[in-house]
Amino acid sequence: MRGMSKSFGSVHANRDVDLILYPGDVLGLLGENGAGKTTLMNMLFGTYAPDSGTIEIDGRPADISSSADALELGVGMVHQHFHLVPTLSVLDNLMIGRPGAGGRLDRTSAGKRLSEIGQRFGLELPPDAMVSDLAVGEQQRLEIVKALFRDARILILDEPTAVLTPLETEALFTALRAMAGDGLGVIFISHKLYEVKAITNRVVVLRLGRVTATIDDTTDTTERDLAELMCGHEIVPPEKPPQEPGDVLLELEGVATAGGSGVALRELSLDVRAGEIVGVAGVSGNGQLELAELIAGIQPLTGGDLRITGELVLYPEPRSIQELGVGRIPEDRLSTGLIGSLPLSDSMVLPRVHAPPFSRYGVLSHSRIRHFVETQIERFRIQTAGPHIRTGTLSGGNLQKALLARELAFEPVVVLAAQPTRGLDVGAMQFVHERFLELRGQGGAVLLISEDLEELFLLSDRLAVMYEGRIVEVLPIEEATVQRVGLLMAGVEDAA
Amino acid sequence: MEIFGEILQVGFFAAVLRIATPLILATLGEMFTERGGVLNLGIEGIMLLAAMTGFTAAYFSGSLWLGILAAMLTGALAGLLMGVLTVTLGLSQHVSGIGTTLLCTGLAFFFYRLIFGQPSLPPNIEAFKTVPLPLLSAIPILGPILFNQFALVYGALLLVPLAALVLYDTPWGLNLRAVGENPRAADAAGVSVSRVRYQGLMLSGMLMGAGGAFLSMAQFNAFTFGVISGRGWVCIALVVFGQWSPWKCLGGALLFGFVDALQLRLQASGVIDIPYQLFLMLPFVLTIVLMALVSRSARPPAALLQPFRKEER
Repeated sequence: MRGMSKSFGSVHANRDVDLILYPGDVLGLLGENGAGKTTLMNMLFGTYAPDSGTIEIDGRPADISSSADALELGVGMVHQHFHLVPTLSVLDNLMIGRPGAGGRLDRTSAGKRLSEIGQRFGLELPPDAMVSDLAVGEQQRLEIVKALFRDARILILDEPTAVLTPLETEALFTALRAMAGDGLGVIFISHKLYEVKAITNRVVVLRLGRVTATIDDTTDTTERDLAELMCGHEIVPPEKPPQEPGDVLLELEGVATAGGSGVALRELSLDVRAGEIVGVAGVSGNGQLELAELIAGIQPLTGGDLRITGELVLYPEPRSIQELGVGRIPEDRLSTGLIGSLPLSDSMVLPRVHAPPFSRYGVLSHSRIRHFVETQIERFRIQTAGPHIRTGTLSGGNLQKALLARELAFEPVVVLAAQPTRGLDVGAMQFVHERFLELRGQGGAVLLISEDLEELFLLSDRLAVMYEGRIVEVLPIEEATVQRVGLLMAGVEDAA
Repeated sequence: MEIFGEILQVGFFAAVLRIATPLILATLGEMFTERGGVLNLGIEGIMLLAAMTGFTAAYFSGSLWLGILAAMLTGALAGLLMGVLTVTLGLSQHVSGIGTTLLCTGLAFFFYRLIFGQPSLPPNIEAFKTVPLPLLSAIPILGPILFNQFALVYGALLLVPLAALVLYDTPWGLNLRAVGENPRAADAAGVSVSRVRYQGLMLSGMLMGAGGAFLSMAQFNAFTFGVISGRGWVCIALVVFGQWSPWKCLGGALLFGFVDALQLRLQASGVIDIPYQLFLMLPFVLTIVLMALVSRSARPPAALLQPFRKEER
């Protein structure tokens, strides 16, 4: 790929980018959110048409104007959001867009090919299972198999490990090595430096749409070098000064929820004090989501007491909780946080649009909304063309900044943050962390629900561990070790 | 009730099948387009316009099958129009569909008047005759019900397994379902979402057209402005009732046919002395009741009603 450029409106996503991939390469494409990694790959895969630039495959100019062209030329892509049909079986998903035999679907030979690929690269999958029944790691495996099924020789993986457990990541890496050994070229998009270091042999770094560095041998570099190349400045971990916690701001006493389709909370007690960050650790699906939703007033309380700033909340509801000073950073930014199809300005004032300053007597004040949003864009350095832009077009990091800006703007006393840095790059992650520590310094409280242990250990003053809807232990951070927390997360009762 | 013994006879069940036939055709049509993610609310108007064009073509050419062909062509063109509106322009499927129905209805009335004027007796044609199948029609009970029908009835019944085969066992059917469930996934697999949706819409239009023409050319032998009278809308409900599956759609159409035939007989028997409009209401009331019962568990194609744009996140 040479001289690739693409802009969206006035935002230059890619400017004059060159990228070369050799057979047997695992090429790391590194960059912060919004640096243009995904855009570049979408041009290679035919999803976006480049404004300028040329693509050559095997030395021949390639005219790629649709994914069909890309697939034809042996380019496969595994998107960050899977492109699978959940209501179809594994096998049927592989056959979408494929010719059949004699006008019928050829399930027999497709099945044969599936098991062949599975054995060759260690990517086995049950052919008749519904995709909706597969674990996330298996769905990703299916995405990879889908590309190989079509004889892809160039495989693009867009942040493949963001959704994987460490064990699944290891399995993925094994498969990637097998593919590279087979002469395929793999492009690995990530901002997790240690992974880029572990799996790639070459690295291209993008920043603000341009290539800022090309490293021809990954072993020659360190994670620290990569981080600096990616952000354009040195990374200093945020400081957490010791501090005496104050009054209890958030208190849960023996709370329970009905559960419904998820996990039911049982006899759960926890308190968070002023000037304190309490982390909640746990394997995904042990009630963390339910805990966040309970405090946010989304799940009804079926037992126990919830107190916010000392006030007993009998029937938690989103609005009353918000009025008590709870800021909420939900796990899923776009489904329960911001609204993708609305302009950014609307998304950012939505929870408070019913009252001054954003509306008076039921009429919106557009000038005040605009002023507020522009101020926040400025303050949080949200990269967007302006408040009128559709929310959904922002990158993950910028979405999270917008969400943070919205929730922090009205000086919350408690911030409820679920997976606040999932999918964010180093720079954005640090930004989020700094805001939390800032709030802590000002006497606010943060309940930090996360699956990233590194983050929990970095920020928390105390660490609560959840297992099957209960908090099994709350440890002061000084007493918490990765090993101990790991055992608690797995449901092993604390012996210490 | 003695009356039911009198009603539930061979001729009654043959009538059920006859009444169900246009519904089977149009419901399958609607099912196909919805499986691809496009709701075709033009159905009522398409059926009416096709009933008119089919009748007119048959009237002037003297060939009934040419009439059917004209009706299906009409439907395909209307499907094409729906495609331009909902697929290419990405407009609201509801608004486009209702617009298409209004347009087609208007066109049907306009051209009928233009061609035939306002005669005191509506022009008619020699309608389709029943085609008894050799041997099979001699089977007692089943023979007269199943095998002494219009050719289009056989066609509609054969279409059900064919539709199931196309939908579940051909590459096109798989692509259609993928497009209706997750167009982005289909696109990433190299399927042209818009082409498949256009094809679905045109196929649906053809089947709707055949259904409409059945009414003006087999069920009756003339075109009247009330010939469809809501049957298209019923098909929309039947697709939901049939949970987007060909066999269940057939079941829904037969159930509707059963109730409609029943109310016709009850009306004619004069046993129950209530205004006949109440009888006419029956099948539609049934539709509403069924919808209320079933729609709770109905799971429409995930991308139904959603226009697909490529460069959007």
